[in-house]
Amino acid sequence: METEKTTGLESHTQAQTAEKWRKYLLPVGLLLLFLLNILIFMEKFGFNFVNRYYKGILILTFINIILAVSLNLINGITGLFSIGHAGFMAVGAYVSALLSINMGEWGFLPPQIQSIIEFPLVLILGGLAAAFAGLLIGVPTLRLRGDYLAIATLGFGEIIRVVALNLGITRGARGIPGIPNHTNFWWAQFFAVITVVIIWNIVRSNHGRAMAAIREDEMAAEAMGVNITYYKVLSFTIGAFFAGLAGGLFAHYLSYIAPRSFDVLKTIEILLMVVLGGLGSITGSVIAAVVLTALPEVLRFLQAYRMVIYAGTLVLLMIFRPQGLFGRAEVDLTVFQALKSRAAEKTKSQPGERGGNGDSA
Amino acid sequence: MVTVTLLKVEDLSISFGGLRAVSGFNLDLKPGELVGLIGPNGAGKTTVFNILTGFYQPQEGRIFFDGTEITGLGCHKINRLGIGRTFQNIRLFNELTVLENVKIAYQYAGRYSWGDAIFRTRVFHRHEKEITDWALSRLDIFNLAGKADEIAKNLPYGEQRRLEIARALAGRPRLLLLDEPAAGMNPQETVELLELIRWLRQEFSLTILLIEHDMSLVMKLCERILVLDYGMTIAEGSPEKIRNNPRVIEAYLGEEVS
Repeated sequence: METEKTTGLESHTQAQTAEKWRKYLLPVGLLLLFLLNILIFMEKFGFNFVNRYYKGILILTFINIILAVSLNLINGITGLFSIGHAGFMAVGAYVSALLSINMGEWGFLPPQIQSIIEFPLVLILGGLAAAFAGLLIGVPTLRLRGDYLAIATLGFGEIIRVVALNLGITRGARGIPGIPNHTNFWWAQFFAVITVVIIWNIVRSNHGRAMAAIREDEMAAEAMGVNITYYKVLSFTIGAFFAGLAGGLFAHYLSYIAPRSFDVLKTIEILLMVVLGGLGSITGSVIAAVVLTALPEVLRFLQAYRMVIYAGTLVLLMIFRPQGLFGRAEVDLTVFQALKSRAAEKTKSQPGERGGNGDSA
Repeated sequence: MVTVTLLKVEDLSISFGGLRAVSGFNLDLKPGELVGLIGPNGAGKTTVFNILTGFYQPQEGRIFFDGTEITGLGCHKINRLGIGRTFQNIRLFNELTVLENVKIAYQYAGRYSWGDAIFRTRVFHRHEKEITDWALSRLDIFNLAGKADEIAKNLPYGEQRRLEIARALAGRPRLLLLDEPAAGMNPQETVELLELIRWLRQEFSLTILLIEHDMSLVMKLCERILVLDYGMTIAEGSPEKIRNNPRVIEAYLGEEVS
């Protein structure tokens, strides 16, 4: 806290210089994503530009984006220091995997239609189960703050892992093999985009402001009419829901899950992305998730030194940018707002034609 | 029906460990009154505020606001019933902008659901626009509209104090509790604050309860003053009566004040 205060002024001027390129971040990012989509879509016509290995990294990147952004809602926006995210992910992964494996033919729907609905349905059920776990952890830990909350959530994550290790239905340490391989590039991208848009919209609303108020000053927030119990629990619940969703995608990508996939290290990995991107910055979380997923793969040519460089990069970043890559800054949407107002003018000059409701972000 | 008392406090007591912070505190506030709460440090003034706003639960006594009992209600509920407050040591949402600070206080106005927020429906846009307009007009009153996009912690001290009052007013309070609003202000700023508080009471038909150490401000501003010492009310009355009360002079004012 103290260090943040001293670097406040400095980060302000840095933010101003960053203004210029932040404007182009979103258009460039979306363009790259669009090109990537075209490249992968070309598969349908027999052109394999992106091989399985790269596609796997892309899928993991999308999963990590969901994890980082959802943890950021809890840690960065609401300011509840939670380190049990892998636990929520595990709940979603196990629930959706077991559902997928055990879900037979429903009968009332033709099999082709069932196969389309089944996967998203199973993922959402996994997410709901994780959200319920979030509710369970959120309520009793309400009074805890800072380190104490961190320890409680850490304990929760461990409990989930140990339960998975000892239950019959989760097959203990042997894990669950043979989960249908449903997660492809499209599904992962779809859910990652949905997650980012939903959390972005929540943060930029009355609800998000209430959460930020809790982070800034709980007592003042209460005195201003913020129902802090409600928003703390909901922050946990929403964050857990998306972690569970990511867990489901993860399970259906690897086709195999075991308790050790969801240990503390996994949480730390997600937490790294959030902190590196900037606590409270969704843009930062997305970019850090991309970078931290790709970096170990890019560094693969270094062989044994790979992890040393990886760790060294993190240490250097934290020394020179303790507030994270983005601090609390976000992508600049003014480019799109300008386009929108221009479109609005056009529709005004042509009565009878109505513009689309393109206001997702 | 006109309620004769807006706030009625009966025999309020609270102890922390062995310390009796407030004991047998009584208070009747009529609508539109401007009442001062003074006393030496540690007399229990801020504790009274914290009980009234729901941060502490009193061990004895009851509180009625506008005819309904609010003893034991949660903070945010009491706020929504119409009690706003500021803090002795400014408690702004430091890392947020000035505008966001005020917008947060419009919790009651954000009557759209999570779905409205996520899908950015018309209801969402309408309410958000209302909230922004209201917040900006509040900032305008306090001469802060030009600084709407600044980070709250970067404001100078006097403006932070003003922002805190602006934020408290956003909650549409009928009763405003000001905890040492003039602390750290220079004489010029204090005079401006005096004018501001008078004007606010008129403009928003507020009832104001004020803790303050600046005696000249309290004496000029308040119609009635309560003096606390060791958690007990030792005197109550008009500024003249308080000024000449021997017990108050002994406990708090000292000889100098005349």
